[in-house]
Amino acid sequence: MLAFMIRRLGLAVLVALTVSILAFLLLHLSGDPAVALAGEGARQADIDMIRKAYGLDRPIVVQYADWLWNILNGHFGTSVYFKTDAGPLIFSKLQTTLVLGLAALGVALLISIPLGVLAALYKGSLADRLCLAVAVLGQALPNFFFALLLIMLFSITWRVLPVSGSGTWQHFVMPAIALGYYVAPAFMRLIRAGMIEVLGADYIRTARAKGLPAGKVIFKHALRNAIVPVVALAAVQLGYLLGGSVVIETIFALDGLGYLAYQSITFKDYPVMQLIVLLLSVLYVLLTLAADVANAWLDPRIRVS
Amino acid sequence: MSVSDIVLDVQDLRVDIDTPRGPVHAVRGVSFQVRRGETLCLVGESGCGKSMTSLAIMGLLPRAARRGTTRLAVLGEDLSRAGRRRINTLRGNKMAMIFQEPMTALNPAYNIGEQLAEHYRHHRRASAAQARERAVELLEKVGIASAGQRLGQYPHQLSGGLRQRVMIAMALMCGPELLIADEPSTALDVTIQAQILRLLADLQAELGIAMVLITHDLGVVARIARQVAVMYAGQIVEQGPVAELFAAPRHPYTEGLLACIPVPGRTPPGTPLGTIPGVVPALTGELRGCAFHDRCRHAQPLCRQEVPVHQAPPGRQWRCIREAT
Amino acid sequence: MAAPIPPVLAEAPARLTWQRLRHNKALLAGGAILLLIILVALLAPWLSPHDPYFQDLTHRTAPPVWYDKGTWLHPLGTDQLGRDYMSRLFYGARISLLIGASVALISGLIGTALGMAAGYFGGRIDMVVSFLVTTRLSMPVILVALATVAIVGGSLWVVIMVLGLLKWDRFAVVMRSATQQVRSLEYVSAAQAAGASTWRIVRSEVLPNVVPHLIVIATLEAASAILLEAALSFLGLGVQPPLPSWGLMISEAKAYMFFSFWLIAIPGSALALLIFAINLAGDGLHQWLTPEDKA
Repeated sequence: MLAFMIRRLGLAVLVALTVSILAFLLLHLSGDPAVALAGEGARQADIDMIRKAYGLDRPIVVQYADWLWNILNGHFGTSVYFKTDAGPLIFSKLQTTLVLGLAALGVALLISIPLGVLAALYKGSLADRLCLAVAVLGQALPNFFFALLLIMLFSITWRVLPVSGSGTWQHFVMPAIALGYYVAPAFMRLIRAGMIEVLGADYIRTARAKGLPAGKVIFKHALRNAIVPVVALAAVQLGYLLGGSVVIETIFALDGLGYLAYQSITFKDYPVMQLIVLLLSVLYVLLTLAADVANAWLDPRIRVS
Repeated sequence: MSVSDIVLDVQDLRVDIDTPRGPVHAVRGVSFQVRRGETLCLVGESGCGKSMTSLAIMGLLPRAARRGTTRLAVLGEDLSRAGRRRINTLRGNKMAMIFQEPMTALNPAYNIGEQLAEHYRHHRRASAAQARERAVELLEKVGIASAGQRLGQYPHQLSGGLRQRVMIAMALMCGPELLIADEPSTALDVTIQAQILRLLADLQAELGIAMVLITHDLGVVARIARQVAVMYAGQIVEQGPVAELFAAPRHPYTEGLLACIPVPGRTPPGTPLGTIPGVVPALTGELRGCAFHDRCRHAQPLCRQEVPVHQAPPGRQWRCIREAT
Repeated sequence: MAAPIPPVLAEAPARLTWQRLRHNKALLAGGAILLLIILVALLAPWLSPHDPYFQDLTHRTAPPVWYDKGTWLHPLGTDQLGRDYMSRLFYGARISLLIGASVALISGLIGTALGMAAGYFGGRIDMVVSFLVTTRLSMPVILVALATVAIVGGSLWVVIMVLGLLKWDRFAVVMRSATQQVRSLEYVSAAQAAGASTWRIVRSEVLPNVVPHLIVIATLEAASAILLEAALSFLGLGVQPPLPSWGLMISEAKAYMFFSFWLIAIPGSALALLIFAINLAGDGLHQWLTPEDKA
């Protein structure tokens, strides 16, 4: 187990490094950072001065090594746009995005677990087909469109939820729904398939033979075994949600990592962009690692031996 | 023997299974009674309907199966019209069942202690401590040493024989009066088989449970049962006390079965073992008359019509035209 | 010397019977809707009542015909610059379909090549490809796309290239496992034993059997690409105005959505319908090509 984790951590580091290199190359080769940093209408003299000041005239390998060395020493650079340290800036926004991501995951599971269990219990019936239809329809709706619809309904027509900001928990309700519903169908299908398989198992028959109430049989015995792949998927999907929240955060003016990314892209804030991509890829790899660990831990046959 | 001694009373049990090719009549009018402290063996080859009978009694039939019965009474209460709630109250509580495959019959995600305790806590509203105590008591009773430590173990950590003992303990947690055992020893090693059967016999003697034991092995019948019912093609073709039935079988199928196995002391050495030619008929469509007639030495045209059920005290019945061999 | 006709390959096509196709409602329904949208897109110049770029400033934010003030002059109303919405809707279909098809093609080529190489050769090549896939998966696609467009400049072709170069991962994964399965079948060993070249084996034995999976993935990726382009355009970093990308139309209209709801409802519903049709057809295709699945 330990050797496995160490190997996976090594892979994580390698992947993160590769991603950072790719991001670095992307930013520095597809445009002149000095021009971007200098801003519109800057004179050549200004651009040259900036280039020298930021060390952008050195070979790219040197620039990258320098950047990496700084990161490893905890110097995360300075935001060009916000004029503060990039590190604290990003980590402060990360919190909001994490809350959003977890809330969205919660919404997804809240939708998908009941529907998935229902579809499995009444497999082949109208209820089953309805659940699948909901799944297919859910994945067809673009999330920004859905977000606008939610705003129309809850903020403008009914006035029960705030449109923008991130002050209270109510600010997170619509964004979480708008972000989470899209991943719900994948969970639903997984739960349905898992439950169908588990419900045919001998130990379910034993549980029923013991006279346990239906709820206990379904949730304590069946779902517990069917949910294992879902936990792994949840970890991976969280990674996707964290990286894909930019549209939702922008619409709802949530001050999180996605919105910061959008701003840094718009204002050509290279140091921040670079750091965000690195952070997200590290998070993603750690989450997939967590998924594998969860998989192993949830199965007593692996855990206890 | 008073009527209140009858723990299980089955009258005319029928089970049909829906398949794409039409309903399969798996169980066709099975009737028997089991008394307190008595073991009835349901014997027959694969597909004769013995497992379906047991599942039907417990209400654990698969979704595609439909059950019909004139009377299905456990401890005097007719369950054929009872609601799901009532059946759940009795299952695991007054009537219990153990299955053939101990490997897959336990939930791999929970430890033994939890699986032993949960229905005891549910039916008796017991506390965790009480359930734990009872679990240890029963594990010891089924012959498992260091019972306390076993409680924290998971099913995959136990051998097949141990798992089956745990299954038995689990079945007995709430003190049932009826135990149905579906081929409890078949999936185990030969040496363990004997132990498990001995265990069941001892427990029954001690606790006075009524037991229905399903098996395809006549040797098991001889070892443990007092009453036996021979099933063929969804029907009971002969039933009665074991010793008498073995000594003087009345139905040609029973004769055939007994001729197939060598009995030490009875079968002369060197005699070829018997076989029953032909195959079991498909159980779809209209079925009239005796299901065994196309394989029977003594078959007559009349066998295709109604077949009478002869009775001879004490408790002997057989489904054949012939009165005696 | 030609390899003997393997019995397995001869059996496989028999499963794709027309009868099963007839009963496959998902494929038929999804395919029908998709075909309709394709036709509308192809015939847009003839079906559109007006020029989608023409700004009729006297008829700004006119409501569709089913509203009180709507007229048949502009059956689906006009946007805030007076451009006919029906025309923009029809031309917008072209953009979405073009994006979907192009991205699926590009990413399909990349992913299939990588996946098949990994599945067929195994070993080091497999390790490298798996590493590439993991790396790609850990990149936040939409952010990378946004960043690239911001640097290079937004246009239809930039979007297509960026998405095509990013979205090959699922192709690679599925093609890899499909190729592995096929490779382990006997007739491939037979072909190898007969001395057929690698390319020949791939072309005649492996490819026909993985193409079904390929098509199913292609539909999923096309749908996903369409949604991504819509999101990028919505944020202003995708297709640039005045092109009638449906995502861009929604973005331009969001300030007016309370009073002129149709301005976002029409393109939004169109997007949903297109994605729904593609997913439905993809699901149906999957069912048709892999019979007796547990689903």
